[in-house]
Amino acid sequence: MTLLTIENLNVSYRGSGRSAHILDGVDIEIGHGQSVGLAGESGSGKSTVAFALLGLLADNAEVSAAYAAFDGRTQDFAARETASLRGADIAMIFQDPMTALNPMFTIGTQLVDIQRRRFQKASRKALWARAEAVLADVGVQDAAARMHRYPHEFSGGMRQRVVIAMALLVEPKLLIADEPTTALDATIEAQVVDVLHRLRQRTSASMLVVSHSMGLIAELCDSVVVMYAGTVVESGKVADVLHRPRHPYTRALLACEIDPFAAFDPSQDLATIPGNVPDPSRRPKGCIFAGRCPARHDRCSEKPPQRHAGDGRPYACWLEAA
Amino acid sequence: MTALVDLSRRPGGTFALFAVTLLCLVAIAAPVIAPYGPNAIAPASRLMDPSLQHWLGTDHLGRDILSRLIFGARVALGISLSVIAISLTAGVVLGIISALSPRAVDLVIVGIFDIVTSFPSIILALALVAVLGPGLGNVVLLVSIVFIPHFGRVARAQTIAIRNSPFIEAEKVLGAQTWRVILHHVMPNIIGPIFVLACMDIPVVITIEAGLSFLGLGVRPPLASWGNLLNDGYTYLDQSPWLATFSGLSLILATLGFALLGEALRDTLDPKLRKTL
Amino acid sequence: MRSASLQIHLAFKLATALLAVAGSVVLLLALTRLIPGDPATVILGSRATPEAVAALNARIGLDRSLVEQAFAFFGRLFSGDLGEDVFNGRPVLNLVLAALPNTAALAISAMVTAVVLGVPLALLSARWPGGKVDRLIAFLSVGFISTPSFVVSVFLLMVFSVTLRWFPVLGAGESGDLADQLWHLVLPTAALAAGWVGYIARLLRSSLLEVLSESHIRTLRAYGVSEAKILMKYALKPAVLPTVAVLGMGFGELLGGAVFAEVIFNRPGLGSLIYDAIRTRNYPVVQGGVFIIVLLYVLTNLIADLSQSLIDPRERARLVSGRGQ
Repeated sequence: MTLLTIENLNVSYRGSGRSAHILDGVDIEIGHGQSVGLAGESGSGKSTVAFALLGLLADNAEVSAAYAAFDGRTQDFAARETASLRGADIAMIFQDPMTALNPMFTIGTQLVDIQRRRFQKASRKALWARAEAVLADVGVQDAAARMHRYPHEFSGGMRQRVVIAMALLVEPKLLIADEPTTALDATIEAQVVDVLHRLRQRTSASMLVVSHSMGLIAELCDSVVVMYAGTVVESGKVADVLHRPRHPYTRALLACEIDPFAAFDPSQDLATIPGNVPDPSRRPKGCIFAGRCPARHDRCSEKPPQRHAGDGRPYACWLEAA
Repeated sequence: MTALVDLSRRPGGTFALFAVTLLCLVAIAAPVIAPYGPNAIAPASRLMDPSLQHWLGTDHLGRDILSRLIFGARVALGISLSVIAISLTAGVVLGIISALSPRAVDLVIVGIFDIVTSFPSIILALALVAVLGPGLGNVVLLVSIVFIPHFGRVARAQTIAIRNSPFIEAEKVLGAQTWRVILHHVMPNIIGPIFVLACMDIPVVITIEAGLSFLGLGVRPPLASWGNLLNDGYTYLDQSPWLATFSGLSLILATLGFALLGEALRDTLDPKLRKTL
Repeated sequence: MRSASLQIHLAFKLATALLAVAGSVVLLLALTRLIPGDPATVILGSRATPEAVAALNARIGLDRSLVEQAFAFFGRLFSGDLGEDVFNGRPVLNLVLAALPNTAALAISAMVTAVVLGVPLALLSARWPGGKVDRLIAFLSVGFISTPSFVVSVFLLMVFSVTLRWFPVLGAGESGDLADQLWHLVLPTAALAAGWVGYIARLLRSSLLEVLSESHIRTLRAYGVSEAKILMKYALKPAVLPTVAVLGMGFGELLGGAVFAEVIFNRPGLGSLIYDAIRTRNYPVVQGGVFIIVLLYVLTNLIADLSQSLIDPRERARLVSGRGQ
């Protein structure tokens, strides 16, 4: 049984006179205790999936899904029912720890208030004690004193630990990490990945890791969904997708990764995908990636079919499975 | 033209356009549309309620309130436009001089601006009127002084921003003279914000003028300033409420109309100014 | 944020404030010299004897140069001497100090009223921006802001004192009778506060909306923290900073605006003191009164600046440690 199932998720923004289609028929499935990566470059809509899941999109966003269920209960995306899952069933780790915390309040105050939804009857004292324990647990030294400190008195890495502590405090069924390491420098990134890794082993929670980095996803996830311009182009087990990518976009994305264990190779630095993600208000009719695809041919002007690779995982491309 | 259309779409925009247009027309056509002379005294018919003869009633000297209000629009618009013209010109000139002069001159001018703005504006106006005395010309002069720093500061800031931009440097390198550079680049760039600021200052000028006149320190009676009318109405408040009511409403119509117009202009012409103005 | 340490910043602020006050004194004294004709003759009338004119000139200090006069003014200031009333020789300082409590009570009650009404209106607006309530509040705010306070005063007097007879017409109430004094304070306070209610509502609304779009608010929303708590606790505190700065300025403007309320409701106070002095050309009283208002204006600006730093923990830390970053 799966924890989360979403079929045919669509998101569009209504502007003055025009609308932009941000997500186009996205399917996602996360099993109990499973960790899923959501990969793609910026503008691919991967963060929109996470925000739509929590009902955090702006008011002018129209969200719909053919079918959605969380933990056995169906969810109506159009009515933003999933907002009730916030802070109790689903927790989120945000991208930039420098701006994710309120500068005017102590860490302790914020760590207490975010638990309120989950533990409605607990005393403030009890919540404070929990917060202190979890803060120590994610590796913040001298947590008791640190609880009384303000965010500006923490380094970037320490703030990200505070943000992770928030997510742990509400004991969610699903933990979303939105680009958890992007805003950090390399040494701190390693520490935070380490914290996430330990967390992965200790909790039974499912995880959704949103990242442009295939490396991070490979490290933290069981399976991966690759997105491009608001559509899923390929999905499957991490090992399969990494080693036998089917879609030309997945291949291009993998080529952009710098393998930290490889010997220095100047050509690696230069690997980028030429061109840009298409403007969401003017989506091409056929394959969404055709404009930048190295393997483009005539049929790509029509919408590509869902194909299944030999191992049964889906991808959307006119190219036959090799 | 598109700005006008945008304007009328904003909440209050239609009202602003209506109020300002009405005031301007009334002020221009005052002698034609006013049913009586503004100073025509009729002791027999004093403090009358509104009637067919006197639509808005009469004051304590039997003067027609409507006619005095119509001529009052002339005084309000005339004074506020003169004040804006004087303080805008002086402010922009001082601001540009300040921005382009050596540091010492800049400091002196900015220091004067700071001193002038260290008075609450109505208190500065009162201090000045204490010295200059009341009267039409003095009111225009002293309210202008109060508003010079408004324009001066914006002109100075904008000029400094442009002075430091690369394209001005390029022109200087190419041998252009400083004043030519200013005429060509600084003026067109500061005109937008200055214009918006002028529009937003008009209701404040109208308020200060009317306030001084209300206190008997502004335009001298019998000239029909709305402030004078309100004072007359206030004096005879226990006998007749009409003059106070209608002169107060005229002031509200004018200040509200220009305030909404100024805001609409700011948002349509230059949304960036939202924070600074 | 700021690169210099907070103490240096405050010292700089204090220095500019003092310079502005000094400058305004020089301006005030210089203005008196601009009076067409001889001020003493203007004050005493054309039939005054030359001896009387000379004596008055010496008393006001007009027989010396502007610089000497300014130094003399500051010199006397330190011994608490603001000059003398030209008509009865009473010390200006006494007149000002007697008038100040009435005006301060009016300005403070107007400011408190404006905050008490303006903050909830801002919160309501920011809760549903663009909605019916927001648009109604926006319209009322512009209306209140642009309506001159003396028009509001006259209208309030007309409706509540003359027609309905709910409130006393004139005066500040019996001294010693606090209830009576408060009763007399209601209408002038309402007249002065109206514009500031609108101003605070608008200013705070826009900074609330700005804060509400920041990521730390999104964090709280993602954890299901109630919208009410987010708005009233986590958004209000950072959003209140710019408003505090404006309140400091507003207090000084209220001291100035009090002149209308005091004249209309016939209340004794700093405003009516200056007003009467202007009409009787009692220049030392005008100078002294305006000087005190400028001083209070600059002072409240400074206090606002300081309290802004005390609210913000980042600034507060620097104030305590005294170290720049």
